[in-house]
Amino acid sequence: MLLLLTVHLAAALVAPVLFHWWGRRAFWALALAPASAAVWALTWTSEVQAGKGPVEVVEWIPALGLDLSFHLDTLSWLMTLVVGGVGALVLVYCAAYFSPTASGLGRFGAVFTAFAGSMLGLVTADDMLLMFVFWELTTVTSYLLIGHYADRKASRRAAMQAIIVTTAGGLAMLVGVVILGHAAGTYSLSALMADPPPASGAVVAAVVCLLAGAATKSALIPFHFWLPAAMAAPTPVSAYLHAAAMVKAGVYLVARFAPAYSELPAWRWTVVVLGAGTLLLGGYRALRQHDLKLVLAFGTVSQLGLIILLVGLGTQATALAGLAMLGAHAMFKAALFTVVGTVDVACGTRDLRRLSGVGKALPWTALAGGLATASMIGLPPFAGYVAKEAGLEALAHLEDGALGWVVLASVVVGSALTVAYGLRFWWGAFATKPALVPQSATQDAQGVATTTSLAAGGEESVEPAPVTRPSFLLTAPALVLSFLGLAVALLPQLGEHLLEPYASTYPLGEPGHLVLWGGFGLVLWLTVGVLAVGGLLFLARDKVERWQARVPHVLEADLTYRRSMRKLDDLAADVTAVTQRGSLPLYLGVILTTWVLAVGTALVRGTSFPAAVRPWDYAAQTVFAAGTIVAAILVARARRRLKAVILAGISGYATAGMFLLYGAPDLAVTQVLVETITLVVFVLVLRRLPPYFSDRPLAASRWVRLAVGLAVGLVVAGVALVAPSARVHAPVSADFATEAYEFGGGKNIVNVTLVDIRAWDTMGEISVLLVAATGVASLVFLSARGGRIFREREAPADRAVWGGTADPMAALRRPGDSVTITPQGSSVGTNAAGAARVGSRAREWLRAGRTLAPQRRSVIFEVVVRLLFHTMIVYSAFLLFSGHNQPGGGFAAGLVTGIALAVRYLAGGRYELGEAAPVQPGVLLGTGLFLSAGAGLAAFLVGGSVLESWILHFHLPVWGDVKFVTSLFFDVGVYLVVVGLVLDILRSLGAEIDRRAESGEDDVADDAVGGDDQLALARGRTAAVQASAVPRDLGGDAEGVVP
Amino acid sequence: MTDVVMSPNIVFVVTIAALFTVGTYLVLERSLTRILLGIVLLGNGTNLLILVAGGAAGAPPLIGVQSDRPMSDPLPQALILTAIVITLGLTAFLLAMAYRSWQLHRHDEVQDDVEDRRIVRLAAIDERAFEDDDTESGGETLDEEAATTRDEMDEGLAFEDVHAEPAPDHPGRAARPSTTTTDGEEGR
Repeated sequence: MLLLLTVHLAAALVAPVLFHWWGRRAFWALALAPASAAVWALTWTSEVQAGKGPVEVVEWIPALGLDLSFHLDTLSWLMTLVVGGVGALVLVYCAAYFSPTASGLGRFGAVFTAFAGSMLGLVTADDMLLMFVFWELTTVTSYLLIGHYADRKASRRAAMQAIIVTTAGGLAMLVGVVILGHAAGTYSLSALMADPPPASGAVVAAVVCLLAGAATKSALIPFHFWLPAAMAAPTPVSAYLHAAAMVKAGVYLVARFAPAYSELPAWRWTVVVLGAGTLLLGGYRALRQHDLKLVLAFGTVSQLGLIILLVGLGTQATALAGLAMLGAHAMFKAALFTVVGTVDVACGTRDLRRLSGVGKALPWTALAGGLATASMIGLPPFAGYVAKEAGLEALAHLEDGALGWVVLASVVVGSALTVAYGLRFWWGAFATKPALVPQSATQDAQGVATTTSLAAGGEESVEPAPVTRPSFLLTAPALVLSFLGLAVALLPQLGEHLLEPYASTYPLGEPGHLVLWGGFGLVLWLTVGVLAVGGLLFLARDKVERWQARVPHVLEADLTYRRSMRKLDDLAADVTAVTQRGSLPLYLGVILTTWVLAVGTALVRGTSFPAAVRPWDYAAQTVFAAGTIVAAILVARARRRLKAVILAGISGYATAGMFLLYGAPDLAVTQVLVETITLVVFVLVLRRLPPYFSDRPLAASRWVRLAVGLAVGLVVAGVALVAPSARVHAPVSADFATEAYEFGGGKNIVNVTLVDIRAWDTMGEISVLLVAATGVASLVFLSARGGRIFREREAPADRAVWGGTADPMAALRRPGDSVTITPQGSSVGTNAAGAARVGSRAREWLRAGRTLAPQRRSVIFEVVVRLLFHTMIVYSAFLLFSGHNQPGGGFAAGLVTGIALAVRYLAGGRYELGEAAPVQPGVLLGTGLFLSAGAGLAAFLVGGSVLESWILHFHLPVWGDVKFVTSLFFDVGVYLVVVGLVLDILRSLGAEIDRRAESGEDDVADDAVGGDDQLALARGRTAAVQASAVPRDLGGDAEGVVP
Repeated sequence: MTDVVMSPNIVFVVTIAALFTVGTYLVLERSLTRILLGIVLLGNGTNLLILVAGGAAGAPPLIGVQSDRPMSDPLPQALILTAIVITLGLTAFLLAMAYRSWQLHRHDEVQDDVEDRRIVRLAAIDERAFEDDDTESGGETLDEEAATTRDEMDEGLAFEDVHAEPAPDHPGRAARPSTTTTDGEEGR
């Protein structure tokens, strides 16, 4: 069975390609998949009849006890024949039905085949959870099939309605399955049915849940409305899903569990009320439809009610009749749907008010439709007749008191209605009618069907819809199915013989029989009465229609559904309105309060606070702690942005001191470097923001925020107190020291941890950096990954960086050779002026210093930067290469390089940055990640595990002995990523913002004009950190720059 | 280092509590700059917390360094090191957002979400926020809708002339060139 399912899956997967190659002829190939299932079932017929059907079990998820287990008993055999046989015929039908140019055929064929496979899995699965999986697969694929014309509102709505209704039922069914499986201790269907758990409250609830699933899937009241709506699907879909396959899934479920639970009162009443109600309602509604497909749709609803009633009542005789009806219905209803499709193809309409004389023009189609109709309304000698006779016979001997008679009466009435709508269908499709309704009256201006009846709007002069000649292939499947319905009826004993094994598993009553002639008796007279009343109802069709139109619609299920969906929307809106306030402080407040309550409760109740505490490890820790705390509190009190940022920086530097005193030099180094860059970044952006924070919010909110903050602080303090002593296991890092040296080849355990022991973590983290850098660039550059690189020779001549206004004298300060390249250079910078300055470049401290406005330049700063830059680069290289054994490594080295670039930018502007790093940061980021990942992959390729490192010893002539560890490549990757991040920040938040300010793209608001003096301060500050040797001069520089 | 029940260091506990208090206070503000400063402080506090949770202070985790104290735990340090750098990336990203906010709105305040406010307002007066065909109670009935849907079907051939074009007034379908099929045809 797994093989068959694989065949279906493979067919579904290759379907789009087949359609691409062969067009609609590919349906023939797809038909082989369901056909193989039907043939396979036929080959097992005698074994199944003897109760020795095949069983297949493959372990799937042993931890959940979920197996891919299948078995084929009589019920599955029957369903497989129906699903496979009808599926194959309908697929063949599709090959002629769809226009060769129809859109989406590949998708349609694929989903259709996938649906057939899901159905096959559903009816053969022996594991209830597996059955549920297939059940939901049919739901999903049917959703796709109903919504095949996704551009149509009606299709979308019908598909959505079908999936909502059937999924709701499916979930109920899942609950039932789980309860039942739990009660039985097994999810195997065969084991469960062999020894069903006794009826308890839970089991009854489970059974009701299962019935809810069946009711939604088989379109029983009150969920019947989705089936007529699903007629928006292409007709072949209706012929398969809504006649033979999917709607029978609910029948299958009921039939599967009926032997065990049909005696439960809850089961019995549900089946009787839903079955009989659906039978009557469907038949009643079918009598006033004008669309042939809708006549059939309501007819199907009615028939499904009948079948559920028969297979669910629990006696062996009704079960046999029900199974026979299941097969008969699949044959005649699928045939009728294909006939409707053929009429639609021939006439261009399915509206029976506009069809006349079709039977004369298409005699074979009319014959097929006639045979199928005869089977449907129960004329001898057709399958429908045999099944219905057996059903009436069984119901007449139900021996269930009043209930039995009520069921019998409703089946008789329902059968009469079936006769009426069956005749109406054939007459509507094929008869030659004296009067027709003009097209203008059957549709309004928007093409929407009206309810004008034939009696009210019929005119004799109206021309019927023109009939064309469809391909015979469209009629053949219907002929096959309808003759099959005749053939099986002529051998009723064979059917009885084949179906009896399953019917005999039912608990009640005597075995039933399938016969063509049951002798004179009550049932014969009932049949005659049914045919007579049905015929009369058909003859009086106009009166019936008028009468139905007059009866008020008390409670339309469809309307109720729409209203309840509307209520659900309203409820969702209300809940959203309450919970989704759109306020960030509110959200954070709720999250933090919840956290405080949850963690606080756990702290107070579930943990013990340590008996002893140490005030400190080193007394010096108190100094740094005080610095951290005081600076942090001042941050909260600061009203000036720059002040707050600098105070936060001080707090961060003090934290670095705490790291150092804790025995974490790597952290201290990294923290200092990061704080420095953070300051630069902040200041770059603060240039554009107002210098002061806006007015203080209301005092009340401030106290609330303070309270939340204090609560969070207290709970975190509790965590910090409890956490160190809460450890129960030896730390995973206990052996890091040995591992780091022996396998990682380094003495700095932290660095070896980063690049070797936990290199995967680091890999993830540098990926985050890459994403953050890309995010920064895309927020600033908006359209491109990064703007162009500003080179000094391209700087415009008349505009000086950070100068504020256009500066015509700027060109005179520039070297002559670059003047000629600039766009405006020819007018401003003359060759004479340029010639006088040839060679001046060599005397510059910074290459792009001249691009700055003169009042923004500081010779001392430029000199310091000139002296320090290369030193810093060398130092960063030292950190990078020595990091394996001493504090340092890729992160610290990258940050030092980043600071060096930042200093160049601050001293010389964006052209200086372009000269210092004439490379796109994206290249650095990409190369870095590639190096890190590549180092890992290379290790993998040469036979180690991913990211494994090797230690190489060799001797260089002058250098001496070299110990080289391959994880250095990884660290170089880290280095490049960090440099790329900093460069991205400088280019985005520095250079690009400068450029915009100068070009006027960022119309600087009045209140933000003061920003430039903050930049000047930042230059002073960063220089002070890096070049602490000359702090006084820089202070003077900053003062001199402030306008 | 592992067997000793480690007693917490009060100076660190107090520092962590202070950083978290101030950080939370700032994060609950509306100015993106202050929120960001709050996140930076929270980040520092969290790093210290991880460090404290990892064990007592000790010698730097460098092999070969002589010290009278046991070595401090290297694993939390490795975690914190990357956390510090990632905080830098986060800071830069949020600052870029602050700049963008300034570009668009000339301030860096985090405003309430306009769309959320609209939903709240509409829900208060029981209006719908969007149109949903599935829930409209008026309009077409199911029967009417089903009748309007047409499949992209093959076309039959005219009886009079096998090669004739389909009737131009063919209802509900656009006139397409008729397709000759090799399958048998009905009606002969």
